[in-house]
Amino acid sequence: MTKDETRRIGGNERLRAKRPGKGALQDLGAYLYILPATAVLVVFHFFPAFYAAYISLFNTNLLGRWDFVGFGNYVEMFSDPDFIKSVSNTLVYVLGTVPIGLAIALAVAYLLNQKIRASGFFRTSYFLPYVTPVVAISIVWMWIYKDDSSGMLNSIINLFGGSSQRWLLDPKWSMFALVVMSIWRHLGYNVIIFLAGLQNIPQEYYDAAAIDGASGWKLFSNITWPLLSPTTYFLTIISIIGSFQVFTQAYVLWPGGGGGPLKTTLVVVKYLYDVGWGEFRFGYAAAIGYFLFFVIFLLTLIQRKALGNKVYYQ
Amino acid sequence: MTAMKKNRPSPASIMNKAVVYTLLVAGAIIMLLPFYYMVTTATKTADETFTAELVWVPRNWKLTEYIDAWKADRQNASLGLPVTGELKKLFSTLWVNFSDAWKEDRNFPWYYMNSLIIAVTTTVLQLATSALAAYAFATMKFKGKEIVFVIFLGTMMIPSQVTLVPNYVIVAKLGWIDTYKALIIPWIASVFSIFMMRQFFMTIPAELWDAAQIDGCTRFEYLWRVMLPLAVPVLVTTGLFSFISGWNTFLWPLIVTNSPRLRTIQVGLSSFNQEFGTKPNLLMAASTTAIAPLVVLFFVAQKQFIQGIARTGLKS
Repeated sequence: MTKDETRRIGGNERLRAKRPGKGALQDLGAYLYILPATAVLVVFHFFPAFYAAYISLFNTNLLGRWDFVGFGNYVEMFSDPDFIKSVSNTLVYVLGTVPIGLAIALAVAYLLNQKIRASGFFRTSYFLPYVTPVVAISIVWMWIYKDDSSGMLNSIINLFGGSSQRWLLDPKWSMFALVVMSIWRHLGYNVIIFLAGLQNIPQEYYDAAAIDGASGWKLFSNITWPLLSPTTYFLTIISIIGSFQVFTQAYVLWPGGGGGPLKTTLVVVKYLYDVGWGEFRFGYAAAIGYFLFFVIFLLTLIQRKALGNKVYYQ
Repeated sequence: MTAMKKNRPSPASIMNKAVVYTLLVAGAIIMLLPFYYMVTTATKTADETFTAELVWVPRNWKLTEYIDAWKADRQNASLGLPVTGELKKLFSTLWVNFSDAWKEDRNFPWYYMNSLIIAVTTTVLQLATSALAAYAFATMKFKGKEIVFVIFLGTMMIPSQVTLVPNYVIVAKLGWIDTYKALIIPWIASVFSIFMMRQFFMTIPAELWDAAQIDGCTRFEYLWRVMLPLAVPVLVTTGLFSFISGWNTFLWPLIVTNSPRLRTIQVGLSSFNQEFGTKPNLLMAASTTAIAPLVVLFFVAQKQFIQGIARTGLKS
């Protein structure tokens, strides 16, 4: 009896020693398991972040010329009118897409969160743009924005008595065109995350408030908005980060480079691309990339800091 | 609350519902209009695209011709004929426009094939490397585990535009410019997938491993035969996202490919747009076929897709 028991316990211990997570002998195996992913991540994601800093200290076309310039590229950046233009354009783009895009998304999510028929159809139609490849859908929008009355947007505006605009060619409208298309494409993603946030708010809160006689706007401002704040906060930060990286729409809507009429849609990544693969100034392009990294890093830090104390949790 | 529901709805709540539906329908129309424009234009003839006013309904979409023909000759036509005839004509114009696009740019078949090869290979390899790494992170103990994992998470903060120039240099030094290797290998590992799978693997009780070991299961067999079958929903979701990003990726293939035959569909479309950008019906036919696979995929896996976004979006 006792012998049996000890054997069983002993056996169990032997098994436990072999189970994953225990024992030094396991280590070698674990390294083999993480090796493929680690190799790729280190070579193409981790190391390049440092290598970019190194390249940004050179004036190089990657072929023969590798002239060390120290922080010259960074100094040049802040006296380069095109770079400054690209930063201010990107800021306008971010300010245009994020608040309005999120406000519309919240409104749609709020409507979809009510008991309605055909919610599946609505959800699908709002979400569909998000799965489309940016290049293909930008080409579609190019023609929607066509500058005469045969363009779709102009046709609709003419229908309501407005006059046709040259959406892509008029510097007054070009950034607007870029912003509208981006809001349209990202709406579904934001709606889905807002919906998930709304559905996380317990119904009891609303029921209790209803008993107290609260309704409509009061319910929204006292329950929905504060309890939704982690979601809103998360979406704001990732939308800002995403918007800073805008490239493909700006590239496709204004083919041929230049960055739209009077460079009104020259965004940072487009400028990085033009400098690197247009002018073959890769050191400068790397420096611009680093600037972007710095901005995004800063935003991530703000997110970490602020998430702790500014947002309500249930 | 339940008692109220049984009562007849009040005028105020009917009004409320009417407003909600009006807004939702108006919004849905705006969201779908670009798709309507794309599909109708893709089935227009050339002269329908060069009119002063926009042609909202292409000739091919008008049922009247068919119905007239059907009325004129009732004996020969069966009930379903007008509609099937209509569909046939729609597809044939779409096909004509698309094949015209192919005639303008002979490399279109390559574009599709390249995108398919890249998206599928990236997805499969990414799932493989992620499953292996996630398995180790979730179930094994090894020196440096925490550091490696923190470094992994750190790479998620690096925007891909930062690594664009250095990666281009690395790929050039490896002699991979203008090869499939450059298009695939840098993307076969994903911290996001590793993280997702690790989270899932950690929920599987360790007792299962004890039991499997008694049956003589090796560690790899345990991953292959027990963990992965359990993780199918997670694999589907992460695979879906990886396929979509493989199909949609643009900037990287734009810079690492030179020859037309290595272009992905996105790069191919963009260059087609720049070279033959004056024929909207051909452009829309090409765009439709570039978007269609993703729309189909979305309808097939809608649930995984939406749940995946809702869950991971809130987690990170």
